[in-house]
Amino acid sequence: MGSYNYLGFAETGANVLKTVADELQHYGTGVCSSRQEMGNLDKHVELENLVARFLDVEAAMVFGMGFATNSMNIPALVGKGCLILSDELNHTSLVLGARLSGATIRVFKHNNMQSLEKLLRDAIACGQPRSHRAWKKILILVEGIYSMEGSIVRLPEIVALKKRYKAYLYLDEAHSIGAVGPTGRGIVEYFGMNPEDVDVLMGTFTKSFGAAGGYIAGKKELVDFLRTHSHSAVYATSMCPPVAEQIIRAMKCVMGLDGTTQGLQRVRQLGENTRYFRRRLHEMGFIIYGNDDSPVVPLLLYMPGKIGAFSRHMLDKNIGVVVVGFPATPITESRARFCVSASHTREMLDTVLNALDELGDFLQLKYSRHSRSSRPELYDETSFELED
Amino acid sequence: MDIKHAKEYIYWLYYQYLLITCCYVLEPWEQSMFHTIFITVFAMVVYTAYVFIPIHIHLAFEFFSQLFGDQCESTVAIMN
Repeated sequence: MGSYNYLGFAETGANVLKTVADELQHYGTGVCSSRQEMGNLDKHVELENLVARFLDVEAAMVFGMGFATNSMNIPALVGKGCLILSDELNHTSLVLGARLSGATIRVFKHNNMQSLEKLLRDAIACGQPRSHRAWKKILILVEGIYSMEGSIVRLPEIVALKKRYKAYLYLDEAHSIGAVGPTGRGIVEYFGMNPEDVDVLMGTFTKSFGAAGGYIAGKKELVDFLRTHSHSAVYATSMCPPVAEQIIRAMKCVMGLDGTTQGLQRVRQLGENTRYFRRRLHEMGFIIYGNDDSPVVPLLLYMPGKIGAFSRHMLDKNIGVVVVGFPATPITESRARFCVSASHTREMLDTVLNALDELGDFLQLKYSRHSRSSRPELYDETSFELED
Repeated sequence: MDIKHAKEYIYWLYYQYLLITCCYVLEPWEQSMFHTIFITVFAMVVYTAYVFIPIHIHLAFEFFSQLFGDQCESTVAIMN
């Protein structure tokens, strides 16, 4: 229950991966060169066109590594004299990219629009710290689904703020691309918004597509700028062709271009599994964080001593889980993070839920003070969003 | 059957104690050291409570009864 295999594309059947094996024979395993030098293959161009079509934007660029996509491209977009407003719980890659860029960084409380608006107003009214000149650019860094909380960003409000105060928005959809939205196109589709409202759409292929690497998508000028000015494009090796083929295969399946409805079925199955899992956990009396639709389910353990005990007992029952403690989370809020997948069947989820039930009683993990009833319709509060 | 039930319950209580005090993560020798110190401190608390609490309660009771007793006597004197 711990892998990021949201749509179940990390499968190992020989006939499923036939096209990938063909590409492996044809192109070899690695490219050994950067994009600008000799590493630009026709597979990369095909993949970039497909990604742009999938997200309904003008152009996209793919990179070999998801972490490097964030940390090497933010310095290309902002520099000294710019302001970065980043969320409290952003991923290390975003924090690293922001620090490498040399811009001023201000942090706003997690998913808190009042805090963000206050920071924006202060920034525009006061300007740069000593000279009081206007900021060159204001960039808001948020993630689609936060991996440790499972909470979904408030995109409509952020876009409204961005338009009012003329800032730019960088949305990291590492966990949400392919996993939320009626057809799996991510957070922008989940809220029914226009992809042109978000200036820089970033995501990774590691989670939902069962591959590796990241992309940045947006307007054509932005992507052309990044092709020449990004560190990854100049110095890092490009994505290897079999991985690119795996992404193409997975994306075509999700879009329905291979002629079947398997992609859409997977997205629907993931949504059902998520809702079922969260509902049952809530009924059992565990405390879970996050939005009801996010496939990342953090279950709070609270005591640092229970982290190891929980993981070992679950392993004895042949269930692998991911447990997280300090410093990824606050020291008193250690948690076990479950990632629901489309390839989980109802029986698998029931096995896990029964094991959790037993273990919850044994380790005293059922901290919720809600009275437990067997009928879920009695609850009026269905999500524990981390709000301040 | 009852003995087994009781033994399992006691083992479960010991396990909860290990988890709550985070002794579960320590090495065995660190656990023994923690147990020794914890039991020593607990024994000292129990001994102190056994020896001193009755005497303190008795003294406090006497102090408060003397305070209120004196007050009643003084008001009676003024009225006379």
